[in-house]
Amino acid sequence: MLTSIKKNSFENSESKKLAMMYFRVAIVLFGAQLLMGLIAAIQFIFPGFLFEIFDFSVARMVHIEALVVWMLYAMIGSVYFLMPDETGIETVGIKIAKLAFWVLTAAVTIVVLVFILVQIGPGTINSIWFINEGREYLEAPRWADIGIVVVILIFYWNVFSTYSKGKKTGIMTVLVADLMALAGLYLAGMFFTDNISIDQYWWWWVIHLWVEATWEVFVGALAAYALIRLIGAKREVVEMWLWIEVLMLFGSGILGLGHHYFWIGTPEYWWEIGALFSALEPVPLVAMFVHVLYDWGKEQGAAQAEGKEGSVAKNIPAMTWIVLNAFGNFLGAGIWGFFHTLPQVNIYTHGTQFTAAHGHLSFFGAYATILIGMMYIGLQYAYGIERMTSTFRSKMAVFLISFGVMGMTIALTIAGYEQVLIERAELGATWNAYFVAQDMPWYVQAQIWRSIMGVVTFIGFVYLVWDMLTIGKEQYREEAYIVERAATAV
Amino acid sequence: MSNKKASVWTSIPFWRRSAAWVTGVASVLLIWLTFDSISQINMGTESDLKNGIDKRVPAATVINYKIGYAMDAKRGHEVPTIGEKQLFFGKEWNEEDAKNLLHLGKLTSQSKNCMNCHTLLGNGAYYAPDLTKAWLDPAWKDGGPMQGMTGKNSVEEAISEFLQHPSQYPTHARMMPDLKITKEESMGLVAFLKHMSSIDTNGFPRNFSKTDEQFKRGGSNAH
Repeated sequence: MLTSIKKNSFENSESKKLAMMYFRVAIVLFGAQLLMGLIAAIQFIFPGFLFEIFDFSVARMVHIEALVVWMLYAMIGSVYFLMPDETGIETVGIKIAKLAFWVLTAAVTIVVLVFILVQIGPGTINSIWFINEGREYLEAPRWADIGIVVVILIFYWNVFSTYSKGKKTGIMTVLVADLMALAGLYLAGMFFTDNISIDQYWWWWVIHLWVEATWEVFVGALAAYALIRLIGAKREVVEMWLWIEVLMLFGSGILGLGHHYFWIGTPEYWWEIGALFSALEPVPLVAMFVHVLYDWGKEQGAAQAEGKEGSVAKNIPAMTWIVLNAFGNFLGAGIWGFFHTLPQVNIYTHGTQFTAAHGHLSFFGAYATILIGMMYIGLQYAYGIERMTSTFRSKMAVFLISFGVMGMTIALTIAGYEQVLIERAELGATWNAYFVAQDMPWYVQAQIWRSIMGVVTFIGFVYLVWDMLTIGKEQYREEAYIVERAATAV
Repeated sequence: MSNKKASVWTSIPFWRRSAAWVTGVASVLLIWLTFDSISQINMGTESDLKNGIDKRVPAATVINYKIGYAMDAKRGHEVPTIGEKQLFFGKEWNEEDAKNLLHLGKLTSQSKNCMNCHTLLGNGAYYAPDLTKAWLDPAWKDGGPMQGMTGKNSVEEAISEFLQHPSQYPTHARMMPDLKITKEESMGLVAFLKHMSSIDTNGFPRNFSKTDEQFKRGGSNAH
């Protein structure tokens, strides 16, 4: 009995400690992302709010930049966390990895401070190097780009040498290949050109091949790891699924890139290529959804057949977020993406709130959910808890964040629909057409609902942080108490 | 799985190999298509413009020409048209100067973070109008509200004046903030916008020329 409070086998794993450091920064940046989103949402309703002090462009830039960075932090953290389990050895070169963490965190702090305080610069190459690159999602100035590349190289070296020395599981093999592509693609966004078409051509290599290819495969690998760890799914089954997912995700996602090349100056053949392959992109997401639920049901059924009671999942909050991921990925990336991926539709929806609706639900459903799940797995480990159960706060976080994001998505979809009808189809997308559409009741009301749902999401986030700060200590104490009682009873 | 090959469909090595092949083939196709696309969207030259060769992305000196956006019956959507010569800020720009002006404009568009309010070629943020064909917007044309408001009598001068002092010329409760754009930077930005309007975007944004026709007839979008 006493084994249940024995500290886990990786008590001294520096890799896992480093993972927790990455998770902590990630959650802080997640909060920053939500705050910036609230400011930007308020500015849609009250345009005078912080005008010429902290303009929409600044709030929105920090909103999406914090999003990308917190997700990268949580992803890197997840890798440092799962690596000792998968390879069976401690991560190689952990000292330099810790140094890289501090360098990256210092760089991110400076970049964010410059974004907030300096905001913009004169039209010179120095502004691009030191203030802001001014390309959506890739705003980080060039010096920071180079810093990021160096840190990522150190990270990749950690992963690759640990993989080479340790056990080579299917999950690790997929991660090693996927992370190389993920890191390499960042280079496609690191140059300046006067040609806006070429600029956007390569810009999409980074954005699309990240979020619709390499990040998705990364999520597949995380889900595989989580299923083995949380419900004891069979590795052979999980890893076979993983390879099928890689096949389908890369098979559709790589050429699905074409759906961003409809209108940026690139040739017409991208209409057919982009439409065909991006229409296939939801297929692997359906498969991932089925796979997670099927495995869970199978393991639960097997446990019940053996007469075991209760949930087979060892960490209910983490499992909740991972099932939410399976569903949210399919709904946000799959359904909301498919809505406007065909060129016949996209010519009207491209650059409207439709895109924003899809962006909100897919980043949340596909990435935020599973990364929060990984953080709960981290917490369970850090406190050496055998079975982690949901608290009232964890449930409130799940409910409010999901409800809030879904509400924002529906509101933005309605706003986008109105824009498509009025601004695009009826009036022809001019300056005047744009503002006529912005003032229609459907649009204005949708923006109000979006802000309300943003507040709901933020309250959910407060519950999430509160839960993460308390759940470990609380349940550690409870478990110790149960064991003590059991021991005295004997 | 077990050594006995029950079925290829349950064999991990089979799926691993398939994944590798599919990824490899898709990547090779993408790289091949990229070579073709990049060659088609490289900027044209001054002689292309002189000889009437249509490039998807024309040379910077396209700022010396009148640009239109008209329905192309064969392609079934609107395409940019490059017409007769037209002075830009009162002069014709040589190749070198036009290139430098466009360079300044593109740099300014990034350093002022235009894309986090506006969309360019439809990409960016959705807080302000799309700029893909902004140069052709009826609001800026002769007789449009913006020339009267800024007290200028050409499209380029009106846009340039607006960009330097945007919050002095509000068009909506949602205004563009003062981004400390200098005279030169604003001229560069206008060149960047004019150049962008000449890019063949396969008919995006659709119906843009329709409102132009309405405008010429004296109609407006107000109901």
